[in-house]
Amino acid sequence: MFRSMENPFAKPILVASEGEPVAPDPAIDEAALTVRGLTVAYGGSPVIFSIDMTAPQGTMTAIVGPNGAGKSTLLKGVLGLVPALSGKAAVFGAPLAAARHRIAYVPQRAGIDWDFPVRVADVVAMGLYRELGLLGRVSGQRRAKIVSALERVGMAAFADRQIGQLSGGQQQRVFLARALAQDADLILLDEPFAGVDAATEKAIVNVLRELRDAGKTVVVVHHDLTTVAEYFDRVFVINTRKIAEGSVAEAFTADALHAAYGGRLASAQLSELRAPAA
Amino acid sequence: MGAEFVQLSLTPLVIAVLAAVTCAMPGNFLILRRQALIGDAISHVVLPGIVVGFIITGSVTTWPMMLGAGAAALIAVAMIEAIKRLGKIEPGAAMGVAFTAMFAAGVLLLEQSNTASVHLDVEHALFGNLESLIWFDGLGWASLLDPSALAQLPPELFRMASVAVIMIIATILFWRPLVMATFDEAFAASVGIPVNLLSLMLVVFAAIAAVAAFDAVGSIIVIAMFICPPATARLLTDRMGVQVLISALVAAVCAVVGYVVAGYAPLWLGFDNSVSASGMIATVSGVALGLAVAFGPRRRQVAG
Repeated sequence: MFRSMENPFAKPILVASEGEPVAPDPAIDEAALTVRGLTVAYGGSPVIFSIDMTAPQGTMTAIVGPNGAGKSTLLKGVLGLVPALSGKAAVFGAPLAAARHRIAYVPQRAGIDWDFPVRVADVVAMGLYRELGLLGRVSGQRRAKIVSALERVGMAAFADRQIGQLSGGQQQRVFLARALAQDADLILLDEPFAGVDAATEKAIVNVLRELRDAGKTVVVVHHDLTTVAEYFDRVFVINTRKIAEGSVAEAFTADALHAAYGGRLASAQLSELRAPAA
Repeated sequence: MGAEFVQLSLTPLVIAVLAAVTCAMPGNFLILRRQALIGDAISHVVLPGIVVGFIITGSVTTWPMMLGAGAAALIAVAMIEAIKRLGKIEPGAAMGVAFTAMFAAGVLLLEQSNTASVHLDVEHALFGNLESLIWFDGLGWASLLDPSALAQLPPELFRMASVAVIMIIATILFWRPLVMATFDEAFAASVGIPVNLLSLMLVVFAAIAAVAAFDAVGSIIVIAMFICPPATARLLTDRMGVQVLISALVAAVCAVVGYVVAGYAPLWLGFDNSVSASGMIATVSGVALGLAVAFGPRRRQVAG
């Protein structure tokens, strides 16, 4: 109920307006992702510095910023894939170690050896690791899960292909299918639209919207400023430090983009970007 | 294929096959991780450790050799870091310097140590001593059923067999996380797989394989066993599980063919002496890889 009364994007700390303490309802009031003071450095200089971020449940957030702004590092820092100098992240109010089963992560396609001898279905099966464990067999119900994940991204016909035989867009869909198989509540994607065809981009956006509409939380590192307003409902602007955060209308402003990108965006580009959001 | 075969060739042949299969297991993951040369590096680095283990204990037994090899690997890692930091030298060059220097030190140590009483000398350390693993009590096929004769089998056979079994069990047990971490390390880490520990374990297992295979094929030629069978298999299939099975098969066939050709082909050709079995096994592995490169159905690039 507080969601409707208060700014839904405020910190998930609840105090009723009259000052009565209210028992928080975790299902509604707990943010899917809460980052506080996260700092990550590669050899000396910080890549991201003291980042605070909140992704409320059931939202779809774009992380935008110039190259080298620390967008991917922010995701990796949240997941503990790179050591944090300071700060912490909570997923549905729990520390990372207790919440891994609720997270799905789709890394950048560029860092993968696509010549690797696995088939499409094998890759999607990797999304079932937490339930399969070391020696669990992929059978019956689990196989159905893999097929349905592939169907959702339109790749069921390719289940037996070696991954190197796919186009870039198809490879990205397979990675999304792996995330779907994880059946997670928070989905973190790193540049899922990089180097994919237009049809794949549409297909991925549709799946992500379905996830959001089903109450899942989606956070995407995104490089194409022209589609932010169309695809996402929230935006996080970063350049080492947090520049702006909030709904697209609030945070995706000319000022914020200017602060993040400096002279790299012409003012004509900036005004063009604002148009769809208006 | 009579009594003489059982006495002279059966044990070396079985050991060669076990060594080849043992090295092929971690080798499959090393080539897919673009770390094939780690196998080479390990086989070089462990030599001084093995020699020091021998000098301290005076016997060629498993544990001193393993401990020595492990210590040598740790020293190598420390040396590489020191060379990189103090000498401001790029990592590849630092590794090259550390491995070659330690290998050379191992050779010098070996020459100076009193190894006359056992079969540990420079030639054997480098090229193996398969042919010397004779089963004196193996007087014929019937000896395989004779407990007292079986008790006299060369101890290297049991060492190699147990390492082979451990390697196969470890490969099956850690298959899923190892494949995932090799394919997509970031994703594997995100689901909670300890990817750094797994990388370390892979290197440790490669080192164990290298030390165990040391008896059979020596420390130079072991690299062929790490790389050739898996690289050959990679060119024949696009499925990881099938690749590992093919690599084990290729390794075993190369070991048998290499051993037999080394022992008998020179005699058939009219020469007086047979040639080094381990050298021939490595050569046959290379030929197998060459054939796969030329005719394999999956001729894509395999990283070295």
